[in-house]
Amino acid sequence: MNSPVRIRLTLPRDAFRLHVDLALEGQGITGLFGESGSGKTSLLRCLAGLEKVADGHIEVGGETWLDTEAGVNRPPHERSLAYVFQEPRLFPHLSVERNLQYAAKRAESSAVSYDHVVELLSLTRLLPRNATQLSGGEAKRVAIARALLRSPSLLLMDEPLSSLDAGKQRELLPYLDRLQADLTIPVIYVSHSIDEITQLSDQLVVLASGAVQAAGPLQEVLLRTDIELLGGAEAGVILETDRKDFDNQHRLTRLQFSGGDLWVSADVPSPHPRVRIRANDVSLCKTRPADSSILNIVPVVVEEITADGEASVLVELHAGSDQLLARITRRSLRDLDIAVGSQLFAQIKSVAVRNSAVSI
Amino acid sequence: MTDGWQALWLTAQLAAITTAILMVVATPMAWWLANTRSVFRPPIQAIVALPIVLPPTVIGFYLLVLLGPTSTLGGWWVQLTGSTLTFSFSGLVIASCIYSLPFAVQPLQNAFEPLGQAEVEAARTLGASKLDAFFSVVVPMSKPGFINAAVLSFAHTIGEFGVVLMVGGNIPGETRLISIAIYDSVESLDYSTAHSMSAVLLVLAFVTLLGMFLFNRRRAA
Repeated sequence: MNSPVRIRLTLPRDAFRLHVDLALEGQGITGLFGESGSGKTSLLRCLAGLEKVADGHIEVGGETWLDTEAGVNRPPHERSLAYVFQEPRLFPHLSVERNLQYAAKRAESSAVSYDHVVELLSLTRLLPRNATQLSGGEAKRVAIARALLRSPSLLLMDEPLSSLDAGKQRELLPYLDRLQADLTIPVIYVSHSIDEITQLSDQLVVLASGAVQAAGPLQEVLLRTDIELLGGAEAGVILETDRKDFDNQHRLTRLQFSGGDLWVSADVPSPHPRVRIRANDVSLCKTRPADSSILNIVPVVVEEITADGEASVLVELHAGSDQLLARITRRSLRDLDIAVGSQLFAQIKSVAVRNSAVSI
Repeated sequence: MTDGWQALWLTAQLAAITTAILMVVATPMAWWLANTRSVFRPPIQAIVALPIVLPPTVIGFYLLVLLGPTSTLGGWWVQLTGSTLTFSFSGLVIASCIYSLPFAVQPLQNAFEPLGQAEVEAARTLGASKLDAFFSVVVPMSKPGFINAAVLSFAHTIGEFGVVLMVGGNIPGETRLISIAIYDSVESLDYSTAHSMSAVLLVLAFVTLLGMFLFNRRRAA
């Protein structure tokens, strides 16, 4: 197990003051989620040593990168990190191969093998090309490969999908999946898209106007519907599932989670797909509906009821050892006499598997 | 014409040495000017640009005073080497560096400015120190700027006249440059020598500039 990442810093910006105090796991992907201008990129730049921080302490992998009290402030090249910027920032005067070698040559260790990275991101064909002759998606892949070849202790990724159109995003996503399975170092992944971040992250940090609003394991933080960014239409949960079988006749895949089965109309390639279910797509019934068109119905127990809008409430449910969220009207709450502990059935209208919403 | 060839050779040497010194001196100056937000940027920029607008005789006059054996710098030079800076080749080198400084700094600054910090930051996070990033990223990315700066410094030094006359005088093999030699020939009504020397200079200047513009066009295409 790697040593954790500890960050404490204060940085005055024009519109707000970035103030962060975080301890992250030494492994896995931490999603850093917030609206544009909430300080996400500033935080990454502080970690990389690209911003002058007057007050702070940063420790990564047991090494102190910044300690303003002790007068420690390592320059960027002495911090064992790699940074995938929003733009690829490839060196235009070098070929793809020499862009990669630029990083490999300067890496302190060769923990990451050149051949492995080239294969992981399918770059063999691109190696002799000039860095200026790549498409947006190709340039991004090269930028990620170049960052990995630094053999870093911490990987920073700033909206790696943001500058790409939807088609290019779908093209890059499988690579990010492979990366997630492959990496043994902590990754901080910045995004303003909750879909993107829930698919990849293990931990979630929510940033608003420079302040941390919530931080912790992904599932736990997603239930914090009191936070504006996680409430509203986006409120929902994610479930880790196992892919079971494929009903070829009806073109449906059966995914299993602790609360039961979910049928989705996509051919899901991953053996352990992660799915997202929005509170708006879950409705509640007192008895199991016998003649509903909705395929996905699971037994649930009400755990908590929180006020939502003027007309609605959010109901937190237990389904097996997993949790679900349902948004229902106050009138339904009264008419069905729903209270904490009620045993109900949840009808799930839509399950999102990897950015493609699947309605059943 | 042997006198002419000697003057041309001396001029080429002076221009080459001046260009070499300017590349080393002007690069950090241009990098600083392109990236600083300091309040000293405008006055420094103005000082660097002065030789473009000042009459060469004015620069020459001040340099004569500054480099003369009675000044601090000139006196120190006499103590160190036993000869004066004025009316010597070394003095000409110093004078040329100051005279041609803007022609080295400005093309470099123009090359550095649009470069921004993006690629440099990428290099820093890939393990390159500031100096490493400068030589491995900034210099190759600003190659046209360096070529323009070198060509312009070289060409401008060749065309030097007023400053040389004030600081260097007209000592054959030491300070007698081609521009002075041409002036001399005209003064003594030796038009045929003036013609051939001028023609050589004209052709050289044209070929050099043509080469630079062809290179720039190829880069742009």
